Amino acid sequence: MKVMAQMGMVMNLDKCIGCHTCSVTCKQAWTNRTGVEYVWFNNVETRPGLGYPRTYEDQETWRGGWERTRRGRLRLKGGGRFKKLASIFSNPKLPSLDDYYEPWTYEYDTLISAPLGEHTPVAQPKSLITGKPMKIEWSANWDDDLGGGPEVISEDPVLVKIRDQVADRVKLDFENAFMFYLPRICEHCLNPSCVASCPSGAMYKRAEDGIVLVDQDRCRGWRMCVSGCPYKKVYFNHKTGKAEKCTFCYPRVEVGMPTVCSETCVGRLRYLGLFLYDADRVLEAASVEDEQDLYRAQLDLMLDPHDPEVIAAAQRDGIPSDWLTAAQKSPVYRLAKEFEVALPLHPEYRTMPMVWYIPPLSPVVDALVETGHDGEDARNLFGAIDSLRIPKEYLAELFTAGDTDVIDTVLRKLAAMRSTMRDVNLGREVDVSAAEAVGFDESTVYELYRLLAIAKYEERYVIPAAHSEQAHELEELGCSLDFDEGPGMYGSGPFGEASGMPVPVAVENFHALKQRQTSEAVLDTGNKRGRVNLLNWDGKGAPAGVFPPDPGKGS
Amino acid sequence: MNSTQILLWDVLPYVTIAVFVVGMLWRFRYDKFGWTTRSSQLYERSLLRIASPLFHLGMLAVVAGHVVGLLIPESWTNAVGVSEHFYHLNAVALGAVAGAATLVGVAMLVYRRRTTGPVFAATTKNDKTMYVFLLAAICLGLVATMTGAGVLGDGYNYRETVSVWFRSIFILQPQGELMADTPLAFRVHALAGMALFMVWPFTRLVHAFSAPLGYLFRPYVVYRTRSASTAGNRTPRPGWDRTNA
Repeated sequence: MKVMAQMGMVMNLDKCIGCHTCSVTCKQAWTNRTGVEYVWFNNVETRPGLGYPRTYEDQETWRGGWERTRRGRLRLKGGGRFKKLASIFSNPKLPSLDDYYEPWTYEYDTLISAPLGEHTPVAQPKSLITGKPMKIEWSANWDDDLGGGPEVISEDPVLVKIRDQVADRVKLDFENAFMFYLPRICEHCLNPSCVASCPSGAMYKRAEDGIVLVDQDRCRGWRMCVSGCPYKKVYFNHKTGKAEKCTFCYPRVEVGMPTVCSETCVGRLRYLGLFLYDADRVLEAASVEDEQDLYRAQLDLMLDPHDPEVIAAAQRDGIPSDWLTAAQKSPVYRLAKEFEVALPLHPEYRTMPMVWYIPPLSPVVDALVETGHDGEDARNLFGAIDSLRIPKEYLAELFTAGDTDVIDTVLRKLAAMRSTMRDVNLGREVDVSAAEAVGFDESTVYELYRLLAIAKYEERYVIPAAHSEQAHELEELGCSLDFDEGPGMYGSGPFGEASGMPVPVAVENFHALKQRQTSEAVLDTGNKRGRVNLLNWDGKGAPAGVFPPDPGKGS
Repeated sequence: MNSTQILLWDVLPYVTIAVFVVGMLWRFRYDKFGWTTRSSQLYERSLLRIASPLFHLGMLAVVAGHVVGLLIPESWTNAVGVSEHFYHLNAVALGAVAGAATLVGVAMLVYRRRTTGPVFAATTKNDKTMYVFLLAAICLGLVATMTGAGVLGDGYNYRETVSVWFRSIFILQPQGELMADTPLAFRVHALAGMALFMVWPFTRLVHAFSAPLGYLFRPYVVYRTRSASTAGNRTPRPGWDRTNA
């Protein structure tokens, strides 16, 4: 047994209202730059829907993730090492910009500079790729809230898969449609196929906390990681020619702060914490024959941080004691392993993803109430799960490789919690039969309720800070762009944009923050240079007026 | 041999090597982040799908051809019973295929770069300059090949002069006089080649030296942990590495 620590996330889909705050704040923090306009480290998809990039889940087309050979070995679905090298001059499975969308801005200037005329001036869309006027035909969220209707939605790869089984229950016409939201970040997999696909060896999994990162200095822009990732959560920066991906906000996590997406989630549906797992058995778990056993195999990898044997092994393997404590208090461990209500997304990709989801139950209650039933009664709820408006089969295809029994169990647990807590809230005698039916006792129900419904900040986020003695293990390996003399990412090197030495993100943020805090005005109103629309700042250099002059240097 | 010839064929090769080697080391040390060819596949892929492999594979064959033609002495091929005629027949046949693939590939790539809006927008001055040098070397190389094969002029056995001169540089006994009397096409091509190698370290061509052969031998999943040489938040600048004192 080799114990390793892994930062993980759980999202409670029952609470996601699809407000996209996580996506927006993530974008502002990480991908508000030229070259990554189309990049969403965090995005929220409406399911059913095409996803981002479109139909990324169709692995017969995109060939991401792993597959099991007949002899029981794992191999990259996109082809082995030789095939990767043979196709290096033109990556055959790279989504094109059309599969994402062509990013754009608007000609805002027209609004104020147009001559007086009969008609109101219009800010025309302008491509951020070509700089030419363009017709907007798709975006990161074109099918948000089932936008586009049946003709778009019906191409959802998950829906295509289950269509035959549940044809009678999957209805896409307006009154009968179903939907829920699926926020996605990089899964920071235990068995990452993007890392395995990288010819340069630039992608790596941090041994300390399992966060998967791209070494910007070693990336040579072969783009195999983009093809290798079945979740398509590695993106290609078309300006710098390097891969970029969700960083799990490691500069924040290292100092004990939650990721930006978690921190800003208005629904408070994200949980962050540690898993301890047995690194020696990852490959074995990822290679189990039956896809539907993958969830269980992954769960079995997660070690019980209270087990004396695990504790001893963890200490032997260099896990600091406060990390052990954090692992014992980890909300993600409790939700995934103790309560078994959180499920991995698409375990059939065999990457052992470490972002887990609690499947949504909500619509069933409303549906029951509408039919005149008591929507919170356990018996009604249990019965209704089978006829959920969101078909179990659909959820199963997302979270358990099609095993509806697991989905059923999880939803029953959530339903039992609801009905038990309802008794408590109404001051009735607590009927524990529903809870017992799913293997919970009353106190377990309270604990689950506290974690899911009360969701205190410090209980949602149990993040042990990186150790000072470990600090140099966690050094930022370069995420951005500057030179010895440059104040951050504001320069351009002699070999085209973004060449030169990288500056650590924390340093860059530090300077930006310092400048903001030491300038007198909120905006530099002294001249017109202050007029910059930050939302559409394409990240090219330092737009005049965004960063006040450094008082230390004079202007 | 006059002084110009000495400069061109005895001195310039060493200048080229020096600029190339020092330039590559410098670039690698100071600009790892810029060490990429900035793929434009995201913008356009249907043309690239054909043109890029055509050009690159053609180029690899051309490089192999240069290695064989320049590094292997004629006496060796004679010794194993390959006649001059047979050698040249092969060289010209294979060379023509590789050269044509390269030329068609690069023509398509340049066409694509010029006509596809986003690709053209992403082309820097550095790239354009590089294309001039690269295209010059390729086109002049083809002219030289045809001269050697007798398609243009009477044919010429470069292995008795150019190749000997090439090898003489690397054994530090440059015989520039061998180049002085070769057909113009060979001399111009050699100069274009040297020019290309001199700009090489300062263009996107550096990506040729990051062929990821290590991928074949490393474990699939890479873990990274403690690195004793770096500490703190920033990797020390070259020349400011920490000591253990």
